[in-house]
This record gives sequence, C-alpha cells and structure tokens, in this order.
Amino acid sequence: MKWFRKPSSAPLWQDEFPVFTAEERYVSRRQFTKFLTLTSLAMFAGNLWILMRSILHRAPSYPRQAVAALDEVAVGGLKIFAYPTVNDPCILVRTADDSYVAYSQKCTHLSCAVYYETETKRLACPCHQGYFSIADGSVLQGPPQRPLPRVALEKRGGELVAVRLEGEGV
Amino acid sequence: MKKGGLTAIDGAMVLIVLLLIVQIWLLSATLESFLAGHREVAVPGAIVSGILFAACLALYLFVVRIDSEMR
Repeated sequence: MKWFRKPSSAPLWQDEFPVFTAEERYVSRRQFTKFLTLTSLAMFAGNLWILMRSILHRAPSYPRQAVAALDEVAVGGLKIFAYPTVNDPCILVRTADDSYVAYSQKCTHLSCAVYYETETKRLACPCHQGYFSIADGSVLQGPPQRPLPRVALEKRGGELVAVRLEGEGV
Repeated sequence: MKKGGLTAIDGAMVLIVLLLIVQIWLLSATLESFLAGHREVAVPGAIVSGILFAACLALYLFVVRIDSEMR
C-alpha cells in the first residue's frame, strides 16, 4: 500500500482525513461582525414583537365576583380566592374593622405565592424575600420591580365583590 | 494600508459591540415596562432599537467593504 501514498512526512490518517481543527474553529473578523449584526437584528425583532403586542392588546373585561361575606374574615385575617380566572390566585386581607384589601397572590418577580405577615403587616414572598406594602401593594424590599396588582372591591349587601384587577401587566 | 484597514475593522467591531450592549439593555427595559402595563414605551423602544440596528448594519457593511479592499 505504500506505493500509492504521497511523499509526505504526515501520517497516513492525516492524508486521508485532511480536517484541521485550528482552521475549522477560526472565525474571521468579518464572520464575527456578521454574527454581532444578526444579534442586533434579533434585538430589533424583540422590540418589534413588543410593539405588535402593544398594538394588538385589548383591554380585558373583568367579571363581578363575590369574594367573601363581610364577617367571614376576622380583623388581621385573610382569605385566598381566585380572580378573574381560576388560575389567578388572590389574597384578601381584612386590615381593620371596615377595611379590606385584596391583591394578586403572584409575586411580580417570579410568580411565587405571596402571603400575609401579620407581625409586620406586609405581604411577603418566601422565594426571594420580596416584601409588598399591604396598603397599596407597592414594593418595600427585595427583587420585585413592580407592585402587586390590586383587586378592586365593592361592598354589596353583606358581601365583598371583586370588580376588576388594577395595575395588572400584560 | 493593510494595518490601517485592520484598525478600522477593529474599531467598527468595538462600536458594534457597544451598540449591541445598549440595544440589549433597551430590549430588557422595554420588556420590563411593557410587562408592568406601560404600553406607551413600545413605540419609542422599537424606533430606537431600529436606529441602533441600522447603525450596526452600516458598520457591518463598512467592515465588508474594507475587507474586500484589503484582499
């Protein structure tokens, strides 16, 4: 078999498989710049997607839903309910005799369920120690950037009725 | 000529990287605001992102032209 081989000092396998790793992995400036430009195009496409979602967005309609009877929750107590769909857990807190507040239970950071801390009177997210004000749902501490969506409540007869969700994102 | 061309290409690459960093920040900030319900940020975000992309494209075409002249 040696008669057919080229006169080369390289081993036989390199003649038969002439693939050079260094050349395969080489990226020229031109290729790298092209990659960066395509990444920029992807960022632009992301912004266009947000724009399209913004244009096509429709204002949601919220149902009226009885949440609890007025005397069902004690002062400082809470009740978990779902609004506006069964997949949207919310938390109702009775802060005083005649004061009720309700918020979405999904933390605006990573959607962990927030709970009410009776000692500090604030809503807490156990996942990353995010805290929200019970008065208006604003962020007090931690990684969340946005306040909790607030459930607007109305008193009707002896019941609390949820009428809409305020401050909800998209 | 060749060294000057390489310097120009390297400079253009650095500029593209800087523009890309700004564009990534812009996308994350726009998305965060949009998810918070501030839909009015979508239009200026898309316009500025488009301008940044156009600048990147212009720099890429500049790199291609210089590269062709050097070869």
